[in-house]
Amino acid sequence: MQNAALEYDYTVAKWFTYLAIIFGIVGMVIGTYIAFELAFPGLNELFGQYGTFSRLRPLHTNVVAFGFTLSGIFATFYYVGQRTLKVSIAESKFVHGVAKLHFWLYFILAACLVVSELLGITTSKEYAEMEWPMDVLTVVVWVLWGMAMFGLIGMRREKTLYISMWYYIATFLGVAMLYLFNNMEVPTYLVTGMGKWYHSVSMYAGTNDALVQWWYGHNAVAFVFTVPIIAMIYYYLPKESGQPVFSYKLSLLSFWGLMFVYLWAGSHHLIYSTVPDWMQTMGSIFSVVLILPSWGSAINMLLTMKGEWNQLKESPLIKFMVLASTFYMLSTLEGPIQSIKSVNALAHFTDWIPGHVHDGTLGWVAFMIIAGTLHMAPRFYKREIYSKKLMEMQFWIQTTGIVLYFSSMWIAGITQGMMWRAVDQYGNLAYSFIDTVTVLHPYYTIRGIGGFLFVIGLFMWAYNFFKTMTSDKVLDKEPAFASPMGA
Amino acid sequence: MFHWLEQRPFLFSVGVFLVIAFAGLIEIVPDFAQASRPIAGKQPYTLLQLAGRHVYIKDSCNACHSQLIRPFKSETDRYGPYSVSGEYAYDRPFLWGSKRTGPDLHRVGEYRTTDWHENHMWEPTSVVPGSIMPSYKHMFTQNADLETAYAEALTVKKVFNVPYDKPGFTKLGSWEEAKKQALEDAKKIAAEMKNQDVKDAVARGEIPEIVALIAYMNSLH
Repeated sequence: MQNAALEYDYTVAKWFTYLAIIFGIVGMVIGTYIAFELAFPGLNELFGQYGTFSRLRPLHTNVVAFGFTLSGIFATFYYVGQRTLKVSIAESKFVHGVAKLHFWLYFILAACLVVSELLGITTSKEYAEMEWPMDVLTVVVWVLWGMAMFGLIGMRREKTLYISMWYYIATFLGVAMLYLFNNMEVPTYLVTGMGKWYHSVSMYAGTNDALVQWWYGHNAVAFVFTVPIIAMIYYYLPKESGQPVFSYKLSLLSFWGLMFVYLWAGSHHLIYSTVPDWMQTMGSIFSVVLILPSWGSAINMLLTMKGEWNQLKESPLIKFMVLASTFYMLSTLEGPIQSIKSVNALAHFTDWIPGHVHDGTLGWVAFMIIAGTLHMAPRFYKREIYSKKLMEMQFWIQTTGIVLYFSSMWIAGITQGMMWRAVDQYGNLAYSFIDTVTVLHPYYTIRGIGGFLFVIGLFMWAYNFFKTMTSDKVLDKEPAFASPMGA
Repeated sequence: MFHWLEQRPFLFSVGVFLVIAFAGLIEIVPDFAQASRPIAGKQPYTLLQLAGRHVYIKDSCNACHSQLIRPFKSETDRYGPYSVSGEYAYDRPFLWGSKRTGPDLHRVGEYRTTDWHENHMWEPTSVVPGSIMPSYKHMFTQNADLETAYAEALTVKKVFNVPYDKPGFTKLGSWEEAKKQALEDAKKIAAEMKNQDVKDAVARGEIPEIVALIAYMNSLH
């Protein structure tokens, strides 16, 4: 056993971090643009067929979920993994090579995805839009990640897997299973020798297809937007604050509870559809049960700060993380509420749903990735974070953006849902559909502004990060806990 | 026990996988055979309709339009009878959508016409003042991909036993036959349209995307 501190190799972690920043900005600029398209439809005409809301919406969701978020997950994994397993990835040329190949193939895949979405090459299934050649590449990328992960685990010096590693392993396994089953498709060219070589047709039809898709669709959310983000907060919050995790037992309960319950909840996307009633009810019930493990993690994190709340005032990094777990609580309460049948009858198909998605993705996912990268920056470059003030400003601007986003979408969604079902004194529908669209204009505008503020924050993040790389305040040794920040 | 497990990554992973997979096994698998039966009289899509469905997917119409009428009076009043599972038996993929930025389209063929769609796709506000839908003018100049649609129809016929060419069901035939039939169907639609470029294209034997899309829209009942 050596006692000297290990020198970790952050090459791949850095690459993925740069990619997260780039995809974050690209994905959310597109998101803001399409948000304004709903308020000002003339914007649809600016880029011909490549600029319509319908072409850009899947591009937005894919770039933020599979460009920004996955890059953030991989970046933090290649950092947290090495450190919690007490092994440097450079100790094995093979594992390091696999990690680098993982990065480059992932990058190529992401680039193909952007181009194909713009061209309208899509299977139409949400968050599974890629056609089969890209699905095959996805499997390769995923397997490479698994090889890097279990390679590192195989080399580890710390025998016990830390909580974050549980969640990264679960991410790997969960997405692998879901992705494979939902993307079962038959390439038409291989069967008939005709038509476009990349076209395929789903193995499932109609209701079955919907069932598999939302089993996947909801749980892709679970295993991309929840599970690995919890991995991040279990590492970065205790590390940045210097506080031990509040309760091991609570983390056990939350982890195994989340794993067991999450997959059941997928059918809450299909309430009042043509899938069997018992499945809808199961989805509804388990969504409510899901509050327990979700809040378990969030409360465990908040209580980790017990007695140290002064740090919330002093450190913008702590602010990001505490607000992230708070948004996680909000989002995991809101989701179950929307899954209750009578509420779902009102909320489904309305803007309340994107509202719910975004308080999770912006407030929880993006905030954690931002906090993670800024915690890593001083350790990557052995330099002080360029500007604390900039981080503070970013925090408040983005928080304002999120609040504008979800509050406007709550109002929009409930307004529209109520108008769809409103009847006059004779029992006839009170509004034509277009009435329920034009009424949303102010809310769509406010949402666009919210998104715009969030994007401004992203540019501040990118600027701060890249200035840190060249900041002249060099650290003589790695900071143990709180990240040092310049004014 | 958990601490023991956390020191054994392989067993840990197996445990996690079993716990995750459990729900899918119970919830998804049992209903498969039952849910995929078509309702009586349901026809697979003709080649032209299927090509139109591909246009619908290419431009992600499903990002804003659902095809699922829920069993509420407010929905059946607005869109027609509520949707039943067997109606979707030939839908690969399903196109229920998850957001109604625009209205549901599951039975749009019941209450909109070729003429209405032509105007609407060219300039939505011309028929629906206040509409925020983009115009889709490029569908009037780009041609639909009949060959890929045929490849798909043939694939589902071969692999999934979709009843093409069976007595009483949609005829598909050979590629030449299918193409000829699709062009005939396209001519009927073009005859009800007024865009001269589209009419000329169809007369030349081409099928603009808009014609295929309208064939698909009209098939939604």
